Amino acid sequence: MKESIHHQVILRVVAKILLPYILLFALYVQFHGDFSPGGGFQAGVIFAAGIILYTLIFGIEQAYRAIDPRIFEVLLALGVCLYAGVGVWALVSGGNFLDYSVLAHDPVHGQHLGILLIELGVGLTVTAVMVSIFFAFVSRGGR
Amino acid sequence: MLSPGLYNYWIVVVLMMAGFYTLISRGNLVKKLIGLNIFQVSVFMLYISMGKVQGGVAPILIGEMPAHGHAATHAAHDIDSSHDLHHDVHAKESPPRHPNESEGVLSDVLPQIDASPSLSPAAVQLAELQKTGDATIVYSNPLPHVLILTAIVVGVATTALGLALVVRINEQYGTIEEDEIHVMDPEQP
Amino acid sequence: MISQHLPILQIVVPLLAAPLCVLLRQRHAVWAFALGVCWASFGVALALLLRVMNDGPLVYELGGWAAPWGIVYRLDPLGGIVLLIVSGVAALVLVFAPRVLDQEIPADKHYLFFAAFLLCMTGLLGITITGDIFNVFVFLEISSLSAYVLISMGADRRALLAAYRYLVMGTIGSTFILIGIGLAYMMTGTLNMADLAARLGDVHETRTIRAAFAFLTVGVSIKLALFPLHVWLPNAYTYAPSMVTAFLAATATKVSCYLLLRLVFTVFGVPLVFDEMRLAAVFMPLALMAIFVASTVAIFQTNVKRLLAYSSVAQIGYLVLAFGFASQAGVTACVIHLFNHALMKGALFLALGCVAFRIGSVDLEDLRGLGRRMPWIAALIVIGGLNLIGVPLTAGFISKWYLVMAALEQREYWPVAVAMLFSSLLAVAYVWRIVEVLYMQPPRPSDLQSDQREAPVPLSMVAPTTVMTLGTVVLGVYPTFTVQVAQRAAEFLLGVAA
Repeated sequence: MKESIHHQVILRVVAKILLPYILLFALYVQFHGDFSPGGGFQAGVIFAAGIILYTLIFGIEQAYRAIDPRIFEVLLALGVCLYAGVGVWALVSGGNFLDYSVLAHDPVHGQHLGILLIELGVGLTVTAVMVSIFFAFVSRGGR
Repeated sequence: MLSPGLYNYWIVVVLMMAGFYTLISRGNLVKKLIGLNIFQVSVFMLYISMGKVQGGVAPILIGEMPAHGHAATHAAHDIDSSHDLHHDVHAKESPPRHPNESEGVLSDVLPQIDASPSLSPAAVQLAELQKTGDATIVYSNPLPHVLILTAIVVGVATTALGLALVVRINEQYGTIEEDEIHVMDPEQP
Repeated sequence: MISQHLPILQIVVPLLAAPLCVLLRQRHAVWAFALGVCWASFGVALALLLRVMNDGPLVYELGGWAAPWGIVYRLDPLGGIVLLIVSGVAALVLVFAPRVLDQEIPADKHYLFFAAFLLCMTGLLGITITGDIFNVFVFLEISSLSAYVLISMGADRRALLAAYRYLVMGTIGSTFILIGIGLAYMMTGTLNMADLAARLGDVHETRTIRAAFAFLTVGVSIKLALFPLHVWLPNAYTYAPSMVTAFLAATATKVSCYLLLRLVFTVFGVPLVFDEMRLAAVFMPLALMAIFVASTVAIFQTNVKRLLAYSSVAQIGYLVLAFGFASQAGVTACVIHLFNHALMKGALFLALGCVAFRIGSVDLEDLRGLGRRMPWIAALIVIGGLNLIGVPLTAGFISKWYLVMAALEQREYWPVAVAMLFSSLLAVAYVWRIVEVLYMQPPRPSDLQSDQREAPVPLSMVAPTTVMTLGTVVLGVYPTFTVQVAQRAAEFLLGVAA
């Protein structure tokens, strides 16, 4: 049993060191989606992977103390609302649905803003979905 | 028929049939889902193979764009934006709605490349562009990449839903083997 | 300003409403909100149908990008009528919903149920209205995944297995559709359906396009539950909650049939499909087998929901048979039957939902003497049954009439017409089983006692059922509206193909 405790220490230490970088990398991938491979879905999955890593190492109770699981259900819906909301904002501003060019004072900035917000919505929803799925499975198994 | 150019498509067929066979022949519900996943992955391979352009680089804007009109070819990640099929970045009459991306962020990050013959065609292209600023770049088609991203997300959602159903079936029946379940609840015609 | 954005509002309103349902939590508020959204969608669909009938096909560009680079929504008369069916059935089913949900689903899951319901509706509406073939795949997946969720919420534990099997078969179907889209894109370089149709002219001789068509057809046939790919349907319809069965039976397979019509007639075109690939030679035998085998199996069922599910498989056989004729009359008959069957089956499953609410079961054994215990609902069930047989003065008769006329129009298909009339006899057999139990058999004393204790079926459940059933009678007596729209739709489909 000494080996497993030993390994657990390594896992705990490495996870603690890596976790902030994982989350930071997720944010990097999120915001560089229009210049390099990345975007909402990839970033969301990386962010969720960080949270899942934490849950795997430290246990579900501690994860629930770190992040309230109910927040993910709200984030899920908010992400989709943000996406559709940007589309409706474009509708209201005079263009067609999801026409980013009308969102700002000139089309280039409008496109930039539109894509940024859309990807943010996608990232939020994907993170929330991945973590919710994981928490749903973990809290149920073993009964 | 066995030409090396068709290697990818053979992989597609093999994976598809392997996945489909697993799906049909295995009685364990989780193994069926794994088979379904392999089946879906083969389709991703099909799309990516069709999107590859020989000698093409990844579809990311490279280098600084001159002031006059260039077609916008940024890698679109949300499926609702335009599907841009243009392969070369060159002086082209762009319709008034397409905005011009005037920032070339990557040019600051990429080092200068010497066009030595040992480099890949893509890197040679990059080097030429950096020298003359005028050469055409051949991109791989970004549209199948977007389609695959969507299909991957759909595959993830389907797998998650399938596994959730298996967990609940396990709770109700105590087993995930299909034949044992049919013993408990006989299959009706 | 709203009127020019109507096509997109048809999708955006329920799509935005679904996450708002998740945020709203409180089940009565969520029900009221979902009900409002569905009726608003119905209004939008009605407005769209009227505009399409007056002005011709509508086009809407998403994001301002023009076709073929952008995703374009395209609505023709057939699409308009399908939108009307989907939103109308959803609106009626939601009126039916609250009391029956209290019985079948735990109270803390209601908001999730309504969110999944709205997403399913969004997906079905999206398949109908979009003009981009990959967008069809996306909306198909949205509607399918939410349908799996809705079915798995049934009270019986076999609902889980039914949902699982539907998931596996449905995903195979969707993946086949994805492969077909990929192969078609490979040859033509476009995803816009109108553009695809135009470019297919030069490449339709290639094996890739034929493979693409084959994959697409088989994929859509799985979703359509065409014999022998119908295996998921009986279990899924039997064990799902009653309002889910009513909604899916009336809409999901109809939208898949619409998709097949569009792919065959507007994208691939009659010459490729019927002359080169001889689709009729494959579909017509399968359709006939569907009609006869499914009707026969239906006669031996003891669970009425299962009986009606097999009846649905048979009716889908009629749909495919009609469009296998590849003539204007055939497509008209197919569209008329699409509309009428949606109403018929929706009404029947809603009536069964009322019965299940009061009695708690839909087994033939437990329905004995229902004619005396629940006279109004029993009468509605009988009217629905008459529709299935095709008795004059019902909508079912109109469909059968046009189907037989379409068969007789082409000399060599007269045996098919005879077969169709014979299959009505099989329908008489299984409807008679229900009618016999309802009226000819005396109720059991234990049932009469338990009936005294049960509350009567509330108006919110009886009203939508009555509306739908009487709708079938009205459409049987005054069929001009459906026939007119169907004829316009057929002209449009075949006009594009020619």
